[in-house]
Amino acid sequence: MWLSKLLIGLVRILVGASPRWVGSTPSQAQRIYFANHSSHIDTVALWSALPPDLRTRTRPVAAADYWNRDAIRRYVSLKGLNVVFIERTRADHSADPLQPLVEALERGDSLIVFPEGTRHMQALPGPFKAGLFHLAARFPDVELVPVYLENLHRCMPKGTVFPVPLICTVRFGAALSRIANESKAAFLERAREAVVELA
Amino acid sequence: MIAQDKFFWLTGGIAAILLVASIAGWLLGLRVKSENGRAVVDNLNARVRAWWIMVVVFAVAFLLGKVATIVMFALVSFFALREFLTLTPTRGSDHRALSLAFFILIPVQYYLIGIEWYALFSIFVPVYGFLLLPSLSALTQDAEHFLERNAKIHWGVMVTIYCISHVPALLLLDIPGYAGQNALLLFYMLLVVQMSDVLQYVFGKIFGKTKIAPVVSPSKTVEGFVGGAAGATLIGAGMWWITPFTPLQAAGMAFVTVLMGFLGGLVLSAVKRSLGAKDWGTMIKGHGGMMDRMDSVSFAAPIFFHLTRYFFTP
Repeated sequence: MWLSKLLIGLVRILVGASPRWVGSTPSQAQRIYFANHSSHIDTVALWSALPPDLRTRTRPVAAADYWNRDAIRRYVSLKGLNVVFIERTRADHSADPLQPLVEALERGDSLIVFPEGTRHMQALPGPFKAGLFHLAARFPDVELVPVYLENLHRCMPKGTVFPVPLICTVRFGAALSRIANESKAAFLERAREAVVELA
Repeated sequence: MIAQDKFFWLTGGIAAILLVASIAGWLLGLRVKSENGRAVVDNLNARVRAWWIMVVVFAVAFLLGKVATIVMFALVSFFALREFLTLTPTRGSDHRALSLAFFILIPVQYYLIGIEWYALFSIFVPVYGFLLLPSLSALTQDAEHFLERNAKIHWGVMVTIYCISHVPALLLLDIPGYAGQNALLLFYMLLVVQMSDVLQYVFGKIFGKTKIAPVVSPSKTVEGFVGGAAGATLIGAGMWWITPFTPLQAAGMAFVTVLMGFLGGLVLSAVKRSLGAKDWGTMIKGHGGMMDRMDSVSFAAPIFFHLTRYFFTP
């Protein structure tokens, strides 16, 4: 898709986004990549750091209230990045907001998630939301790979329109081990620590 | 000989040298046994491969003409500034100033070369950039480390935009009897600086004993410097036929260029260390980053430009 190539090309010129496989190697295994979130460039940066053959099977998760708001953003999200939309605000309390993610995982796709739920200004991630825990419980065989996006909070912090081109590296850590009967809070803190350790 | 022929002799000569280097690297690779030696040879071969790519990119830009050459150096500035600022601690309040540096200062500085507006080109960054960058930062009301932040940003902008832009600026000089050949002068300057770097590396590896600046740049040795400087000066003198200089003048220009290149390497090494890094980046395999290759050029280019302008233009 020309739009994907354009987005990847732009991000490479701006921030490089070269991958560093610190604790894991590229693999066809089904994975959930979870990363810190500080800028609009994050999704494309992480996506473009993956080898092309993995990229086609890996779908970023994007907030529907932001990326599905108008026709242009929807086009870029769906055609350029093949995203899965997630509702951050629940209108219908009986519906499971994770349903679209579950469906994607059931189809065999890998996912890119930003468990903080929104962009933060700092270099290190804030507390994680519960979604990752529920997905991990439901799909015990999917590898949970922590990713740290370096420098992107300096490139395009929340509220700025123009990016500043600084070199960003995308660090992939070792897949999170699974601990039986781990509490939600303990799991989320351990996942966050795994990202922090890559910083 | 017309400019076109000189250009082909020049690139042909460089390709021949690189071919010899590639073959030598391959032979060394067959002979070397120790682990340490292996690392040195691998790095040498990576450097030679990167040289092939750099020479091809430069040659194609020169063949495409003035605009392509200027655009290429604008990109060099862009990547160099990107490396510099990545290592420089800046704050969120510098965001606008940094955007200005990348998206206004670089295009304008190179556009001024394109339209041959020398007077503004020569003061644009040191005057307008110097005054506007801190103004944008000050408007955000963040006084923490204000002077340090702005001093570092301005330093980066001066080296990566202002200094490097003096390479393509050679195209705007009107040298009597040399019309239409300025691209060769540009090639000449880069050749002398880079040959000096390469020969200093080679002489240093073979004969290097006495370190010049062990703290700032451990790889620089007296033997390497003397051998490299003498070699590059001789090459510079021998290449007088592509310049507007006599052989003796060419030797003098090459010598000054080599000296400035050496100082550039030394100063930027110190800057790099004070920022806590060993290499500027990883863009050019075997060499490090763009600034690891352009450090000596950034110091040599403005002096080469002004000496040529003062002594060889009316």
